[in-house]
Amino acid sequence: MKVRSPAATESAARKDAAPARFDVAAVRKDFPILAQRVYGKPLIYLDNAATSQKPQAVIDAIANYYSESNANVHRAVHALGARATEAYEEAREKVRRFLNAGDAREIIFVRSATEGINLVARSFGAQGLARGGEILITAMEHHSNIVPWQLLCEERGARLRVVPMNDDGELLLDEYEKLLTPRTRLVAASHLSNALGTLNPVARMIELAHARGVPVLLDGAQAAPHLPIDVRGLDCDFYVFSGHKLYGPTGIGVLYGKAALLEAMPPYQGGGDMIRVVTFEKTTFNDLPWKFEAGTPHISGAIGLGAAVDYLERIGRTAIEDYESGLFRYAEEALARVPDLVLFGSKTQRRGVLSFNLGRIHPHDVGTVLDRAGIAIRAGHHCAQPVMDRLGVTATARASIALFNTREEIDRLAEALVEARRVFG
Amino acid sequence: MSELAELYQELILDHSKRPRNFGPLPEANRHANGHNPLCGDKITLHVLLEGDRIRDLRFEGAGCAISTAAASLLTEALKGKDRAAAEALFARFRELVTGKVESEDARRALGKLAVFGGVCEFPMRVKCATLAWHTLLAALDKREESITTE
Repeated sequence: MKVRSPAATESAARKDAAPARFDVAAVRKDFPILAQRVYGKPLIYLDNAATSQKPQAVIDAIANYYSESNANVHRAVHALGARATEAYEEAREKVRRFLNAGDAREIIFVRSATEGINLVARSFGAQGLARGGEILITAMEHHSNIVPWQLLCEERGARLRVVPMNDDGELLLDEYEKLLTPRTRLVAASHLSNALGTLNPVARMIELAHARGVPVLLDGAQAAPHLPIDVRGLDCDFYVFSGHKLYGPTGIGVLYGKAALLEAMPPYQGGGDMIRVVTFEKTTFNDLPWKFEAGTPHISGAIGLGAAVDYLERIGRTAIEDYESGLFRYAEEALARVPDLVLFGSKTQRRGVLSFNLGRIHPHDVGTVLDRAGIAIRAGHHCAQPVMDRLGVTATARASIALFNTREEIDRLAEALVEARRVFG
Repeated sequence: MSELAELYQELILDHSKRPRNFGPLPEANRHANGHNPLCGDKITLHVLLEGDRIRDLRFEGAGCAISTAAASLLTEALKGKDRAAAEALFARFRELVTGKVESEDARRALGKLAVFGGVCEFPMRVKCATLAWHTLLAALDKREESITTE
C-alpha cells in the first residue's frame, strides 16, 4: 500500500490553463436524468443543495468498477484486488488535488460530511476537551454541525457557544472574535450556509482563530460544489464535504485533516484495515489515512466521487464558478420581481442557494404547486431549525442551483411562483 | 379539474385562509400538540370533553394550507360527536386521503371532509391532512407528549 506523493506542480499548472468555455447545453447532455418529464413537464431540478444529479461519467465509473474490477482493497494478492486498490487510492489522490491538500494521507474517506464532523468531534474534540472547555459554532449551521458538538459537550461538561448573525444571515465577526477565548477548543463553521447561501468570511475566521491557537473545521458540504477549494490556501485544520452534493454518489464523503493533527488523534472506529498488528493484548494501528477507515470502505463510492471530481476538473472549476455566479445573479433578480416574495440571506455574500417565502403561502404548498410544474425545490427547515427560529419563520422554500441549470429554467421558476400566488390568492 | 385544483379546492383554500374554531379554549380539559418535523407544521388542539362527548374544540398553530384546513374542518365535523364517532370518521378520512375509499356511500358519509379526496394523488401530503386527527386522538387519550407524524 502506497499513497502517491503529491505533485506540487499540478495546482500551478491548473491555474495557468486557458479558461475553458462553458457550454451548458453540452453539460446537460451529460446528466441522463434531466431528459425526463415529470407530470408531462420537462424536469427542472433546483434541489441541488439537498443532493445533486449525477453525470453519466460517474454512473459509468461505478458500473465499470462493479463489472470489471470489483474486489476488496488493501488485502487481496490477486489481479482484481490490485486493480480495485489502485482505483480506490487513485480516487483519494483525485480528491487531494481537488482540495489542493499537500498529501493524500490527509484525505480520509467517510460516509458523508456528517460522518466527517462526527469523526473530528469524537477523535479530536474528545482529546483534551474538559469541563469548562468550549466549542464554537455559528448561528447558521446545519444540524450535522450542531448535534455532534452538543453530544460531545454534554458528555464532557463543556459548553457549546454560537456566533450570532444579523438579519441578513451574515455572521457578526466582532462577536466571533469576542467568543474566541482561551477556553475555545475548536471552531466548527459552515463555509457556505445550506439554509441561506451565505458565504462566510472563512479566511478571516481562520486567521483570527489561529492567532489564538484555536483550530478550525469547515463544513464544505455546500461550498465544494460551487467554489474552488484550497485547504492549504485557507489553512483550515479540517474540511469536510459530501460526495452526493458534488455530483458523486451517496454514502461517500471526505474528511481532510492536517497530517500532524490526524497523526495525534486516536482512531474513530476499530476494525479491519485500520490496524497493523492485532493480538488479544494489544493492537497497533495503521498509518494515515487508513487508521480512520475501519472495515471495507465504500470502494465504488470513492471511485464514483473520483469520477465526479474528474468531471468538474474537465469542465474547469473557474468556468463553473463563472457560469454559476452569472446564473445565480439572474435568479436573484428574477425572484426579486415576483410580487410578495421575500428572499432571505445576504445581499452580497449569497451563493448557490435562494431561500424565500411567498407572501403567507406555506412553503410546502409552494413546493407542491412547483412540483406539478415539473420544478423540484425544497420546502422545510433545511435541517437548520435554529436558522428558521432566527428568521422567525417555521420553514422556507429553497431553490438551489447546479452547473446544469439554465436561465430558461429560472424563468419557469419565476412564472410558476406567480402561478402559485394566483392559486392561493 | 387538474390534480392541483383537485387538491386545493375552494373550500380548502377558504379554511386555510380563514380557519374556523381557531384560538384558545380556556374551558378545555384536554390538550395535545402535533408536530410534523419534516415541514415544521405545529398544531395544538384544545378539547372540552364531557363524558365521552366532544362538547367543544378549538385549535392553534401554523402549517400549510392542507394541514390548516384539515384542522379547521375537523373542528367543525367533530363538535358534539362522541369518541367512537370521531374514531370512525378518522378511519374513513384516512381511507379517503390514501385513496382507499370503497364506495360513494363511504365518501358521502364524510360530508364536507370529502373535499380532501384530492390528497391521495399527493402521497407526500397525506401527513399534512392527518396531523390534526392524530393530535385529536392524543388529546382524547390524554397523551400530553407531542405527537409527530414520523
